[in-house]
Amino acid sequence: MRPTRPLGSYRRPSVVLATTAAALLALGTAGCGPADPAAAPQSSASAPASAVTGVVDIRDPWVKAADKGMTAAFATLVNGGDADVTLTGATTSVSPMELHEMTMKDGKMVMRQKEGGIVIKAKGTHVLEPGGDHLMLMDLRQPVQAGDALTVTLTFGDGRTQQFTAVAKPFTGAQESYAPGHGAPMPSMSGQPSMSGQPTTSPAS
Amino acid sequence: MTTTPPARAVSRRGLLAGGALAAGGAVAGAAVVAAATGDQAGGPPAAAAPSPVAAVGALVEPFHGLRQAGVTTEPQAHGAFVAFTLRPGTDRAALGRLLRLLSDDAARLTQGRPALADTEAELGLLPARLTVTFGFGPGLYRAAGVDDRRPPSVVDLPAFRVDRLQPAWSGGDLLVQICADDAVTVAHAQRVLIKDSRPFATVRWVQQGFRRSPGVEPAGHTQRNLFGQLDGTANPRPGPPSDTAVWVPDGPAWLKDSTTLVVRRISMNLETWDLLGRTDRELAIGRRLDTGAPLTGTAEHDEPDFAATGDDGLTVIPDFSHLTRAHVTDDRLKILRRPYNYDGTPTPQGHADSGLIFAAYQADITAQFLPIQRRLADRDLLNEWTTPIGSAVFAVPPGCPPDGWIGQQVLG
Repeated sequence: MRPTRPLGSYRRPSVVLATTAAALLALGTAGCGPADPAAAPQSSASAPASAVTGVVDIRDPWVKAADKGMTAAFATLVNGGDADVTLTGATTSVSPMELHEMTMKDGKMVMRQKEGGIVIKAKGTHVLEPGGDHLMLMDLRQPVQAGDALTVTLTFGDGRTQQFTAVAKPFTGAQESYAPGHGAPMPSMSGQPSMSGQPTTSPAS
Repeated sequence: MTTTPPARAVSRRGLLAGGALAAGGAVAGAAVVAAATGDQAGGPPAAAAPSPVAAVGALVEPFHGLRQAGVTTEPQAHGAFVAFTLRPGTDRAALGRLLRLLSDDAARLTQGRPALADTEAELGLLPARLTVTFGFGPGLYRAAGVDDRRPPSVVDLPAFRVDRLQPAWSGGDLLVQICADDAVTVAHAQRVLIKDSRPFATVRWVQQGFRRSPGVEPAGHTQRNLFGQLDGTANPRPGPPSDTAVWVPDGPAWLKDSTTLVVRRISMNLETWDLLGRTDRELAIGRRLDTGAPLTGTAEHDEPDFAATGDDGLTVIPDFSHLTRAHVTDDRLKILRRPYNYDGTPTPQGHADSGLIFAAYQADITAQFLPIQRRLADRDLLNEWTTPIGSAVFAVPPGCPPDGWIGQQVLG
């Protein structure tokens, strides 16, 4: 008896049925916010993208929950401006951070620091995702628990900065190997997050 | 989410089926848009008519609102009831993090958008009227240290003579009820919600069930269970005054616009039911099998006449019939039945494992559910062929606004 409405009233069926990454990106963000207001009073992981005022629109930000070691943050960066924007750095209170990319090394995908930063083309979209470019948290000083809201500050090539809040998701993927410089790959990123105080299975060294 | 429109004489699905049969897909699509936009004042204007293929898959139920969806929502074809046991250490703060995650998953998936970090994002694009409804068991209030916010009637039910309860189907600290008109959509939502729950809770039990598929019957028809009986005839009619039978009308923020849910797994013995003739089956239920009419009437919703006697001097509707024992005249004391059938794997001998996931919503379990259940346990002849094998009770807290999360009034 409850009213229902077809997505078709505002979304074309071709979009509903599309399975391309581009279609998924176009879906944007909204909804109940998992952001912890205590941890991030100034922002919300679920704020509509249109409400974000900054260098770029930051959509669907999240971080992989981990007890210690390394983890990574992801988001979709949308540059609505007429000039390219270069992301040159990221900081957070819980860990040093680096900008990483994935590359093929000795026949397997490894991640490494991204030289020259991450360019978001004018009127373009850049996706930070598991298996692709991402924001690496190098060494957690405290656990990032599932459901936590983590504040991250981005720095751009022209010196501007922009803050966003990433919600921590339990996520078993993104088990990339790390190849700092030319050394041998490091152990994988930390595994299944657990509650604080419970044993974790595969911390990064 | 807060208002229930009056039932339309011609349902959207009726229009769809009729249009598709009479004049092809274009007419059917137009009917869908026309019916839906009528429900939604101020909504976005209709764009191109959806293709008939996506007419079911693209339908959306609201998630945000004063009350949770999935209760008075017209029941979808597929349902999964997932009960969790909280891990030791999952306290009030952890529950807040958990429910923020799950609320965000539900808010996205119900609107046809993939969950955050959805590893199968394409499966999130066809909601098919997906609803995700959260229930809090007594243990959740204890774990959070907010037992003073537990609705008093949300306690384990007393034992009934007919019960053969199995731990594998009973209890639970947190319930997620996932319903949609498509089984793939339900499976994906279940996977996403369980994955986000794993740091906080373990899966206690899952009960999956089904009803008629969309378009098979006009919306609003009372469904049949696997005994072939119409099931749910006596549900409260939408709107006041029976509205208060389901929703708590006032009280503090954690109570107002909440409801309660009793989930009973009822095993139905199709083998012994098979031994009954049609007349005996109708005497056991007190209704006609074909129309659902009481044995003293001709139409499903006729008032039963429990005093009417037949030529033999006995009441036409036996005192031991399910209808007699379950009958409630006061609208405010009715319960909202929202059951799903289950049909497990038959034994090697071909004996069915069938039954009902009996989900009943009511404002107060003690005042509404228990009196009916006691009368049924005492004398209902249907007990000969049905056995409760699982039981769980949950509070269904109020809904949340777009920037909120389910449970914020209880745990915030």
